[in-house]
Amino acid sequence: MSTTAVPSKLAATEIAGHPLDPDSPLLDVEDLRVEFRMPTGTVVANDRVNYTLNQGETLAILGESGSGKSVSAQAVMGIIDTPPGHITDGSIRYRGLDLLTMPENDRRHVRGNHISIIFQDALSALNPVFTVGFQIAEMLRVHRGTSKKDARARAAELMDRVKIPSARERLDAYPHEFSGGMRQRVMIAMALALDPAILIADEPTTALDVTVQAQVMDLLAELQADTGMGLILITHDLGVVAEVADRVAVMYAGRIVETGDITDVYHRPTHPYTIGLMESLPQLDIKGGRLRPIPGSPPDLTMRPSGCAFHPRCRYAQQVCVDDDPPLRLPHPSMANDDRESACHFSEEIVDAQQ
Amino acid sequence: MPSSEPRPSQGMTVGRQGDGPALEVRNLVKHFPLTKGIVFKRTVGQIQAVDDVSFELYPGETLGLVGESGSGKSTVARTLLRLHEPTSGEAIFQGQDLFKLSASDMRAARRDIQMIFQDPYSSLNPRMTVGDIVAEPWRIHTGILPRNEQRGRVSELLELVGLNPDHINRFPHQFSGGQRQRIGVARALAVNPSVIIADEPVSALDVSVQAQVVNLLEDIQEEFGIAFLFIAHDLSVVRHIADRVAVMYLGRMIEVGTEEQIYERPVHPYTQALLSAAPIADPKRRAESERILLEGDLPSPADPPSGCRFRTRCWLFNQMRDEDEATGGNRTEKCITDDPRLEDGGFDHPSACHYPQERHIIASAEVDRVAAVRPDDSKMVVRDDREIEDAVKKEEDAQIEAAEAKHVEALESRKAKTIDET
Repeated sequence: MSTTAVPSKLAATEIAGHPLDPDSPLLDVEDLRVEFRMPTGTVVANDRVNYTLNQGETLAILGESGSGKSVSAQAVMGIIDTPPGHITDGSIRYRGLDLLTMPENDRRHVRGNHISIIFQDALSALNPVFTVGFQIAEMLRVHRGTSKKDARARAAELMDRVKIPSARERLDAYPHEFSGGMRQRVMIAMALALDPAILIADEPTTALDVTVQAQVMDLLAELQADTGMGLILITHDLGVVAEVADRVAVMYAGRIVETGDITDVYHRPTHPYTIGLMESLPQLDIKGGRLRPIPGSPPDLTMRPSGCAFHPRCRYAQQVCVDDDPPLRLPHPSMANDDRESACHFSEEIVDAQQ
Repeated sequence: MPSSEPRPSQGMTVGRQGDGPALEVRNLVKHFPLTKGIVFKRTVGQIQAVDDVSFELYPGETLGLVGESGSGKSTVARTLLRLHEPTSGEAIFQGQDLFKLSASDMRAARRDIQMIFQDPYSSLNPRMTVGDIVAEPWRIHTGILPRNEQRGRVSELLELVGLNPDHINRFPHQFSGGQRQRIGVARALAVNPSVIIADEPVSALDVSVQAQVVNLLEDIQEEFGIAFLFIAHDLSVVRHIADRVAVMYLGRMIEVGTEEQIYERPVHPYTQALLSAAPIADPKRRAESERILLEGDLPSPADPPSGCRFRTRCWLFNQMRDEDEATGGNRTEKCITDDPRLEDGGFDHPSACHYPQERHIIASAEVDRVAAVRPDDSKMVVRDDREIEDAVKKEEDAQIEAAEAKHVEALESRKAKTIDET
């Protein structure tokens, strides 16, 4: 496929002298805590966030605005603004290699190279004064020292690969000359330039029309099948998650409140927040009755409610929910083989009452 | 409050042919001129944003208007209120053509046609208090409510849309997105409109909050018999809220029908592609949904394709052309030369396609997924709804109070600074 044959990052054994462990998961985030220290107080945007990503897997991180879903991705990429942001606890391991303890100079070899990211707003993520061909080629020239000519040829191949029509002629076009969907493809081409092992897609289709969204999601799925990379999809859209994810982690107020296999979580949600999301969602394939919204709105993280952060909005909350913060745990003994977790004091009761 | 009392609902079945339409739009055209030159402007072309669109909106019904961005849905809304002047066409409202009204008559007509906007952050004046925002329509449409009754009525309206009337003197920035959208709804209701045009009213909101606003809109429609023109790109939301649905593509209306006709028996290839692209929130249905992928993007409305405007992206056109190449047929000729009209074409609802055909894109869900995930309340200890509502209100009030405290603090520190400087 490519003239400048690139060994897949999945085969790499070391980064800047740091060895990689081929048997460890692609990405293992453990007890991550991210604080933003503002003059008005400290906001804990991520607290005890845990997830793993395996090769070829799509993990969706689902949450509403302010849930901290993008912050965890920024922490993995190492692009949190410090100050005010600080990672105060936890580890992020890329195939066994702890990224947080790595010198910043070595980390640069991971970012963009092994782990890449695409953002929601492709227009502001691309530089308006350089052609897209230049910007894609820049990745190769900076990270790999590819010659100008070869990088340009490779950029054309990449644009072709993300299905931008007449790629060669459009190398010299500027970002504003592309439509929203095409710009997102340019972003994807840039992110894939160095054959990353992990692609993080932060709300990749939120700004796009549904027809274009379908094109972009199909493209991502196809590229993932080709390369075997792991994909982290960050979104608030339950429909998109249902279409592409293998596993899902639902976030609320900076914590993961429920994780599991996508089908399990959608058909047997065990956390009242997840259930509330499902009940709030109008359905495409049935003219349903009245929606049952979750009352209230997500909390301001500077004033996180005590105990379980969801308790003020929860139908099943009791005193224990006000006092104790529930840890992530197996929601119900019957799910012991399902690799599921939920952070609710009453998940057993909920599952029993769902039958 | 005599004149501000909401209109009694007028026999709240969804009015169809029985009563006349609340609003009838005929052959609406809106072209924006493309100009060149700074001093000597000359027109070099026309953006055909809306081209020959006709529809009726009946009292008490919700007409959903869907389409991709650039299809002209928002231009229809803005032209109806004459925020843009139409190029041609008629909009009959209460026996008169809105497009022929003088500026002052139009202002009076806007009392009955209100609008709710997408962005609750930019559609509320940040320098006005909530009370002033909701009361502003009475300053424009004078004589509805005497001044001394206005404050009381604002409190009632805030209560009606689910906001705490105590926050009448607070500023928009102290509220969350969903609460701001409620303020917009209260403002629209202040003058008892018979038609509300809602342009993407819930697209900026989170799912849980979006459902609250959707329910609120349904409630006020039921209570006051308001007709909604509901513009949205989210097909699931439109299916939920709309009685009838109109699909737009590149300035044209290409299919109109009841919610059931459009979602279960669409006949236009564009509607079919649009529906197939919409994600269904059920991982088990992933395999069964066959996606019709449209190629490319919307063509430029300044230079729409000849014949059928959709043909450049039409999957049926491509399919027929390939078949005809083998058989020597020439069915696609018509698509290139003839502009299809919106007509029934032998089906139970009109579409603008030369080769309409019913296709089932979305199989109806066999089980109600939502009901299946809901725990049986009799087996759980459930808090009283009232109790939750109070708890949530308390939480929200605390957030607004905190915002107010911050606001006051900022004012104080600014004052202190000014004193220091002088």
